[in-house]
Amino acid sequence: MKTTQKSKRKLKLLKHLALLIAPMFFVACFNDKKEEAENAAEIPVNQEMIAELTAPPHVPTPVGTRKAKKLIVKMEILEEEGEMTDGVKYVYWTFGGSVPGSFIRTRVGDEVEFHLQNHPDNKLPHNIDLHAVTGPGGGAESSFVAPGHSKVFSFKTLNPGLYVYHCATAPVGMHIANGMYGLILVEPAGGLPKVDKEYYIMQGDFYTKGANGERGLQPFDMQKAVDEHADYVVFNGKVGALTGDNAITAKVGETVRLFVGNGGPNLVSSFHVIGEIFDKVHVEGGDMINENVQTTLIPAGGAAIVEFKVDVPGTFILVDHSIFRAFNKGALGMLKVEGEENKKVYSGEIRDDIYLPEGPGIQTMPTTDEIVASEVPAKSFEEQMEFGKQAYMQTCFACHQGEGQGIPNAFPPLANSDYLNADVNRAIDIVLNGLTGEITVNGEKYNSVMTRQSLSSDEVANVLTYVYNSWGNNGTVVTKEMVEKVKNKK
Amino acid sequence: MKTKAFSLIIFCCVFQTFLFAQTEGMVYIEGSRYLPLYGRDSTVVEVNDFKMDVYPVTNKEFKQFVEKFPKWQKSKVIKLFADDSYLSNWKNDLELKDTENPDSPVTYVSWFAAKAYCECQGKRLPTVDEWEYVAMADETTKDARVKPSYNEKILSWYETPRSNENLIGQTPKNIWGVYDLHGLVWEWTLDFNSVLITGESRKDVDKDSNLFCGSASVNATDLMNYAAFMRYAIRGSLKAKYAMKNLGFRCVQDVNEKK
Repeated sequence: MKTTQKSKRKLKLLKHLALLIAPMFFVACFNDKKEEAENAAEIPVNQEMIAELTAPPHVPTPVGTRKAKKLIVKMEILEEEGEMTDGVKYVYWTFGGSVPGSFIRTRVGDEVEFHLQNHPDNKLPHNIDLHAVTGPGGGAESSFVAPGHSKVFSFKTLNPGLYVYHCATAPVGMHIANGMYGLILVEPAGGLPKVDKEYYIMQGDFYTKGANGERGLQPFDMQKAVDEHADYVVFNGKVGALTGDNAITAKVGETVRLFVGNGGPNLVSSFHVIGEIFDKVHVEGGDMINENVQTTLIPAGGAAIVEFKVDVPGTFILVDHSIFRAFNKGALGMLKVEGEENKKVYSGEIRDDIYLPEGPGIQTMPTTDEIVASEVPAKSFEEQMEFGKQAYMQTCFACHQGEGQGIPNAFPPLANSDYLNADVNRAIDIVLNGLTGEITVNGEKYNSVMTRQSLSSDEVANVLTYVYNSWGNNGTVVTKEMVEKVKNKK
Repeated sequence: MKTKAFSLIIFCCVFQTFLFAQTEGMVYIEGSRYLPLYGRDSTVVEVNDFKMDVYPVTNKEFKQFVEKFPKWQKSKVIKLFADDSYLSNWKNDLELKDTENPDSPVTYVSWFAAKAYCECQGKRLPTVDEWEYVAMADETTKDARVKPSYNEKILSWYETPRSNENLIGQTPKNIWGVYDLHGLVWEWTLDFNSVLITGESRKDVDKDSNLFCGSASVNATDLMNYAAFMRYAIRGSLKAKYAMKNLGFRCVQDVNEKK
């Protein structure tokens, strides 16, 4: 009895204790979280440092293990004429002279002293809204600056991540549409894990008075912008900013990290690298990591960090997989990877088989053999043109385009092509056997790959006759015999 | 100091007719009621009759002014009334740099200096409403704002660099007989900062007071307005002591026979 009473009392005491302690835990938990949030705001800074700013596609040195500092960012706003694509000029408004604007790299706890300088030659006032800022307008109100003046404001980076910054002066859409956006990275304490290559890529959509490709200085078209009918969708401010000589590079075995942003103003990007799978994606530029991603969605005014190891050499095409934007409006970039082939990972073409679904067995042929001739050979020049056009639309159109104009910096034109007209046998050889490496067409250098085409001798003759007799070319008529001759030389 | 300034004003008011043979070079603007571009509460604004300078004030004219009134010379101006950029395209107090043309519009002038210039001729700076009223005309119509060509021309100027170095009178004359309201330089207005735009244009949207509230409207008039947004934005970014490369002024005069 006594013992039970005692134990009861003990129990009671325990209960009381538990009751007392429980809220303490609660409070403790609560405190922990609060402390974390406060921590970022209370990370002490010593020392001052001038921020390294870089133009795309380059990024500044990683923060590594450095302590939080007072970081001085001096950003100059320039309104200047640039080239959208060959022959098309556009007046860009820029942060730091490039579209997208200079890349800013900080770490959590940094105190950023931001100097926004509006060049005296500029016509308009501007400001900056950094999505990395905790504060009204993201700094827009404090940074509204007239031409010939400089505004200073300061903020502390509280949340790690990749953030967009942009101009927020009326009309906001127009300022963004003219190129006023960029990225600011806030690295966690200790920095992001080390990788071999880092690049800065930002998509944007542009609206010009003239249609895509119309030459001359093109003014901004507000109506098209309101209707969201973009004439150009590009990476890094212009068509070809990341192709040909401007392609980004890596070596086999390296890990590549891309800081990808989308300035908009309107379109959402379906970012994809053809022939690669993203090992890691910092979804929307935040802490969440998704693995093994094919295409990642980047909202207008948003960003993502993607990482992947390149295992095989070759040219990997960066696109907005809303694919007409890539092939018709400019959203196309290149990553060139050099190094040893790895046949286990990717074999390349092994053989070309004939596929006869109705037959009892599958007839196999080595690639060098004759491809079955088209059943109805062309009887006249008109028929050659007709069949040739059909073959062209099926086989060549995707790269060389409907009017043979090609795609600047990626695929050479066939229209009015000096390279084509110079040597018909060379042209036949290229269709039969493909072409790799640098060539010069109409004064422009191209360095890409055309694969061998699975066409019969008749078809090759037809398609080349069609090409030679279209778009201002020299009118050569190519016969089956000419094709056979080139074929047999090899 | 004050009395000195006052006596100066008296002085120039009395002798204005001798100093500058003015009201020539001005045209009569018949007032009316109109809906301003920024649609301030969608209220109609009334503008009385007034006279406006045909051209913006030129370097040459401003030189005559500073010769008469040395306190507005580059080295003598009070810092409260003009920032460091004041007349920075001048060699010294009385001479332009060799690269500048006397018949280009004067720029790098503060609001205080522009105001003093006009007052010393018995004139004043135009209000925003007056300026916008005259500026909405093109060669043939008093209100050309609905014409796409009108807006396009203005916008293409906003994208043209170095237009401040052009000479006055080279843009087409509008129906009132006034030149260069668009296509040359921004111009000071008397109440440039009365339309408060905070610089955070999206925030301005939420204020339901008489502020700049147009930027959020999503109707078709946006297209008509967006050139005007830029003018309101530039005005909103200014302080009265600022002197800027692309900013000049012209004067107006009341016509009600009070004097």
